[in-house]
Amino acid sequence: MGAQMGPKIKPKLGRDDWAQRSFMLVIGLYLVIALALPLYAMLSKAFSTYYFDLSQYEVQVSDGAGVFGPVQNIATLNNQSSPPIFDDLATNTNGRLGLTKLFPDFSFRSPVNYRFRAVSEGAIYLVGSERNAGPDWIELDSNTFRRVVIRPASERGLSNFTTYFSTPALVQSVENSLVIAVITTVITVSLAFWFAYALARSKMRFKGVFRMVAMMPILVPSLLPGIALLYLFSPRQGMLKELMFGYDINGPIGIVIGSVFFTFPHAMIIISTALSISDARLFEASESLKASRWKTFWTVTIPGARYGIFSAAFVVFNLVITDFGLPKVIGGNFNVLAVDIFKQVIGQQNFEMGAVVSMVLLVPALMAFGIDRRMQKKQVALLTARSVVYEPKPNPVVDWFFFAYATLVAVFIAGIIAVCQYAALIRQWPYNLSLSLKNYDFSRMDGGGWASYTNSLLLAIFTAIIGTIVVFLGAYMVEKTKGFERGRALFQGLAMLPMAIPGMVLGIAYIFFFNNPDNPLNFIYGTMIILVVSTVTHFYTVSHLTAVTALKQMDGEFESVSQSLKQPFYKLFWRVTVPVSLPAILNISIYLFVNAMTTVSAVVFLYSTDTALASVAVLNMNDAGDIAPAAAMGMMIFYTNAGARILHSLLSKGILARSNAWRKGA
Amino acid sequence: MKKIALASVLALGVAAQAMAVELTVYTAVEAEDLARYAAAFNEDYPDITINWVRDSTGVITAKLLAERDNPQADVIWGLAATSLLLMKGEGMLEAYAPVGVEELDPKFVDSSNPPYWTGMDAWVAAICYNTVEGEANNVPAPTSWQDLTDPVYAGQIIMPNPNSSGTGFLDVSSWLQIFGEDGGWEYMDGLHKNITRYTHSGSAPCKLAAAGETTIGISFAFRGAKSKAAGAPIEIIVPSEGVGWDMEATAIVAGTSQLEAAQTLVNWTVTRKANELYNQGYAVVAYPGVAQPVEYFPEGLVDAMIDNDFEFAANNRARILEEWASRYDGKSDPK
Repeated sequence: MGAQMGPKIKPKLGRDDWAQRSFMLVIGLYLVIALALPLYAMLSKAFSTYYFDLSQYEVQVSDGAGVFGPVQNIATLNNQSSPPIFDDLATNTNGRLGLTKLFPDFSFRSPVNYRFRAVSEGAIYLVGSERNAGPDWIELDSNTFRRVVIRPASERGLSNFTTYFSTPALVQSVENSLVIAVITTVITVSLAFWFAYALARSKMRFKGVFRMVAMMPILVPSLLPGIALLYLFSPRQGMLKELMFGYDINGPIGIVIGSVFFTFPHAMIIISTALSISDARLFEASESLKASRWKTFWTVTIPGARYGIFSAAFVVFNLVITDFGLPKVIGGNFNVLAVDIFKQVIGQQNFEMGAVVSMVLLVPALMAFGIDRRMQKKQVALLTARSVVYEPKPNPVVDWFFFAYATLVAVFIAGIIAVCQYAALIRQWPYNLSLSLKNYDFSRMDGGGWASYTNSLLLAIFTAIIGTIVVFLGAYMVEKTKGFERGRALFQGLAMLPMAIPGMVLGIAYIFFFNNPDNPLNFIYGTMIILVVSTVTHFYTVSHLTAVTALKQMDGEFESVSQSLKQPFYKLFWRVTVPVSLPAILNISIYLFVNAMTTVSAVVFLYSTDTALASVAVLNMNDAGDIAPAAAMGMMIFYTNAGARILHSLLSKGILARSNAWRKGA
Repeated sequence: MKKIALASVLALGVAAQAMAVELTVYTAVEAEDLARYAAAFNEDYPDITINWVRDSTGVITAKLLAERDNPQADVIWGLAATSLLLMKGEGMLEAYAPVGVEELDPKFVDSSNPPYWTGMDAWVAAICYNTVEGEANNVPAPTSWQDLTDPVYAGQIIMPNPNSSGTGFLDVSSWLQIFGEDGGWEYMDGLHKNITRYTHSGSAPCKLAAAGETTIGISFAFRGAKSKAAGAPIEIIVPSEGVGWDMEATAIVAGTSQLEAAQTLVNWTVTRKANELYNQGYAVVAYPGVAQPVEYFPEGLVDAMIDNDFEFAANNRARILEEWASRYDGKSDPK
């Protein structure tokens, strides 16, 4: 019908368009509520500053006979000498200032008495630990006046940032974090590239096994490699401590090795994808031009895969810089940004400085993100629908070389996992090496016992189901909605943001946002719902990208045909889009499932009595010194995830065989 | 909106009908003790169900402070007094004198009248010394804090970072009290030279000593006794100058909607029976005359406890931590 009426300048919006737009708005709204608003609530804390407002307090001092002198303002007293006695009045939320220094001849034994008050209701002071406020005078002897401290007033400003950048211990972490992230990125991406290359471009044996082993690290919480590395290399009792040549595994070395372990599969998947979409015709062309293998590698392979490599680098960089589980376990005295947030918020209850560190952490993450986005835009143009799949030819020397290389990597990965399992079974390392199952008696440990395992399983299942629906619908709407450019761009931006947000920042942000009594969504606080929402949001980006990629592969013709047959979009969606995209949908759900089982950073602030989680239990048991039980619980998570993955691949195979029969021309 | 309101009204109605009273209790007590505490309490008050929210001291404190404007907890049972003092200063606690509070050792009760919190048991600093490692490295057992600054201990000591661990802060504030402000910092300057590394958790140093990863771990006696019971070759040493301590304490959260039940629970937490429970893990408890010696706890621990000025610790905490960080934190690699 459209064709008969000739070209339209401005297509009228049909019922479908409106439906699609409102769907997109609903999911966009989800992202605003679950991501943008909480982040705003958290990050705005960075601008809450505290200072001692001395002008808010007044004092009267008596002589030895009990006759009081004139009322003196504390600020005036402070400014009498030059420079003032207290010349730096900036402080943090926990600041407390004693006042005796203002009285040069103060002695707690003297018979002098003091009258003290705050000028306004809002000004707080403590006598000892008792909270006082307001303009009523209180009379105190010297020994009690010694115990008076004033509390800071708050205002908005940038002084937290000034404090941050003038504290060497904090600024050092910026450099440390960047160094660790860059080194890890280089190592991981190089290792993963050759591994992926071996899988895609050689005829080496046991590819299936290698692929499986390479995926293992995704199945465990990030602090598990930390535990294994300590068993292996700790300076005094490590099983292989000689290999460290006197260096301490606690510190940058440990963080880098552990980070390479847990980021490897992420890089490997991305680079594998990039290598598998390279066009075989280019290789044929190169061969017929008599180019050497080496030249072909640099002129065909690398350019074809470079966007994948950049993408992998970006993902690894962000994973490393935002992870706190690993550096906390094995970082030693080496401060990194993610652990600084922990120290500020958990150790010192200084939320404001925690928010400042979070913002600092966002800068490199967002920059990496920006660069990656720019790269991705270029890549789309490079791909064509007519690419031919490359089939490697056997070459014994190369194949055996790659086999040896892949074996080395696989031994490293499987070794770490095996050490964890061994650690979980030992009675008392290193003094009693007999094996037992007592470390699996979680009811005696911190962290919620076996119930936490069940909770984690529930969380993973809910996250997988709900997350997949939300993410896939969102991706579908944003891909297939026509026009509405600005809305779609905004949605894409929101969907990309979670990748750059450290989980801990998200977790604290949720407390501030959802535990606000004025928030109508307050009722989800402390329930399983908030755990699901935070987990779906935390892992939104990769799921979204997977869905978008799958949807981009679908020919736009489907929509045109369906429209001309006057079919509503949801019928097409349900009958064609979903079945065709099933592999991607399954991939998204397994990704969400696995991550929900292992995630710690966001949920550690959000779980409650009935919703304690296994991954948090690993962290808590490790903290409490129950390392072996922590490893035991970590391995439970591993086996569960491994089971889920096996189920996933069986399902995928079955579904592919059935619903994709048409691809074979049936 | 209407639906949400309706749903929550319904939910509330159902909740009120289905159960007697539920109290949300925040705690940092070791997990294995919690079930015992709740069971003993429910023997006397079966109608009050306790819903525990348990985490490390730091996380629970941060959670309570973050929830300040909309408290979720009714009662805090088993959190460091230092944390409770912080909350008292923020006006987050309800003043209440539990029935029978006068029976307790006054040093375990908040100084205000009525008190804002009451102590349960003391949590005492100690040195964990691995005898096997000591022999292997030719490092004698220390007898005092001062000993630890001797060059013979270089690279043999691990202690918690006070910026991430309450135990670490307890040590630092006790040294400032034992040696005086200037002497304390001077002492720590000397100690710092011998420290291998600072950990984020208070139990880690002792656990590392138990695993032979360090010869000496500055930690607390409770953790040491546990490791020793598990068969680790460690001695728990009480330094001669005296040891810092903190207590686990109980308080009612201001604004609780279950004030009556909260008071019932807090009344119970100061009873002799409750203190006998605390005594199963802790050698020093608030109720005089209750404490039986606990296996593997060092002798003379009670006498070594310094006259801890909690107010000093709380009111100078921000300043002390800042000073500590500027002196000892951020040294990238101790090698």
